[in-house]
Amino acid sequence: MKVVYEKSPGLTDVPMHYCPGCTHGIIHKLVAETLVELDVLGRAVVVAPVGCAVFAYDYFNCDAQEAAHGRAPAVATGIKRVHPDNIVFTYQGDGDLASIGMGEIVHAAMRGENITVVFVNNAIYGMTGGQMAPTTLVGQPTTTSPTGRSRIGQGAPLRVCEMLATIEATTYIARVSVHTIPRLNAAKRAIKKAFQLQLENKGFSLVEVLSTCPTNWGLSPVDALRWVEQNMIPIYPLGVYKDVEGGT
Amino acid sequence: MARKLMKGNEAIAAAAINAGCRFFFGYPITPQNEIPEYMSRELPKIGGTYVQAESEVAAINMVYGAAGAGARVLTSSSSPGISLMQEGISYIAGAELPCVLVNVMRAGPGLGGVQPAQADYFQATKGGGHGDYRVIVLAPANLQEAVDLTQLAFDLADKYRNPVMVLADGMIGQLMEPVELSPYQPAAGLPAKDWATTGTSHSGGRRRIINSLYLYPDELEKHVRAIFRKYDEVERTEVRFELLDCEDADIVIVAYGTTSRIARSAIDKCRRLGLRVGLLRPITLYPFPFAAFEQVMGRARSFLVVEMSMGQMLDDVKIAVAGRRPIAFYGRTGGIVPTPEEVVKQVQEIAGGRVA
Repeated sequence: MKVVYEKSPGLTDVPMHYCPGCTHGIIHKLVAETLVELDVLGRAVVVAPVGCAVFAYDYFNCDAQEAAHGRAPAVATGIKRVHPDNIVFTYQGDGDLASIGMGEIVHAAMRGENITVVFVNNAIYGMTGGQMAPTTLVGQPTTTSPTGRSRIGQGAPLRVCEMLATIEATTYIARVSVHTIPRLNAAKRAIKKAFQLQLENKGFSLVEVLSTCPTNWGLSPVDALRWVEQNMIPIYPLGVYKDVEGGT
Repeated sequence: MARKLMKGNEAIAAAAINAGCRFFFGYPITPQNEIPEYMSRELPKIGGTYVQAESEVAAINMVYGAAGAGARVLTSSSSPGISLMQEGISYIAGAELPCVLVNVMRAGPGLGGVQPAQADYFQATKGGGHGDYRVIVLAPANLQEAVDLTQLAFDLADKYRNPVMVLADGMIGQLMEPVELSPYQPAAGLPAKDWATTGTSHSGGRRRIINSLYLYPDELEKHVRAIFRKYDEVERTEVRFELLDCEDADIVIVAYGTTSRIARSAIDKCRRLGLRVGLLRPITLYPFPFAAFEQVMGRARSFLVVEMSMGQMLDDVKIAVAGRRPIAFYGRTGGIVPTPEEVVKQVQEIAGGRVA
């Protein structure tokens, strides 16, 4: 029988714990394929976050360090400074990166750390059961904004790519989505480019991936994909926000 | 190598480099700034790396990453900054990573003041962060000892895969004394760092995972018990202390670090007054030298604990003495360094029968 598709050797055989319809698994796959295609799996080190992707160290088929909540960019800094030849990346959610870890991500970007950040934004705290995140949309109900996030007192969504693109030392900042096949393919290209830049010692790269949370959004997997298209993308426009090589 | 006059903070930094430390992550805070300044100047000359972190929170997590990658790594701070590092120290202990921390203590609580203090004893020796763990704590009383203990700290960290803290204070950090940095050799038999995340191409494909998360309670208990078996060994084999003039001492002063120097001067004065006074100086604060008290208990009629705090090591002395002798306490706080005369007065009060 001819093999037409197989699981990337960049992933382990450990069954993933992600909810049905969650796109973390797809994003893991894209990153794993990238590591294999760039032939860097054997020198890759993933820094796992606290949040839904906390077990990323079980899934990526490479060395790993589990960081405290929000501290992944600092941990990655320590690893990369010791072994500049390692390909070091963090995999962080929006609570981890855009809330408790805002200081670490901004300053890793400011220093131009030669690391890659995969930032998964699903506009909610998933692991802890659906609380409001800094990325939660205005009006979006969560367990800690039960009547919907209010602009007054709870503020409006933080746009991480737009913010980090203003930092001089960043090399590549892009926002992508995986809710359709064409978008997924574009996301793969962005992730690959971000890692390629690290491989070329160009500096800090980040790809924000809009992701679904059917469980905590209270939607079916299909409706969740639609929700990304209809509600998230207008607030979080897809695109390349920074590219030192001038591409778009 | 010849003896060289150095400032305490610089001597500690030089000792770390001498011990093979090539990575430093830190954040400015008085009174320890000469350590990061020295490292930022000297590390690049020898192929090392200095990173000024955005906070002590970030610095300790950079230490985590570098330690997990297999490096000998140092951070230093002072009391409020060490408080910010406690989360990371707990993770480092939980993930069993070796690193060296320097706390040049200043007065607290809160922002407190920048003058010397010893009020972080509880935080340093009893855990500091969340969860079941210990930090090995070494307390130098002079700059040569600061050098020697800093170098020892790296060996102990590697041996036990645990954070080791050099607990100094603003006085040790800022004074100048001659020190000698002898050629350093790591302790024999230190385990290979085959757990470090250097990439699976270096490990024959075996994945190395640095982690402190164990969601299944039985696995976590097994992990914590394994860590505590290391602490059992630390408590059996790594206790260090000094006894001075205790052979005939009626009163034994217990003091560490800067206050032990003051106690030495006070003991000289007391001896000239005909008072038989000795010194028990813990060098390791964890493991605390409980057994050392048995060596002086036969002769000593009472103990005097002197600290630059409201009484923290005092609790461990109470455990060691276990009610068998009276214990007096003299503490200054807020950054006030007691004088030998103040300590002599305390001894005279005890000798006069007015012990608390």
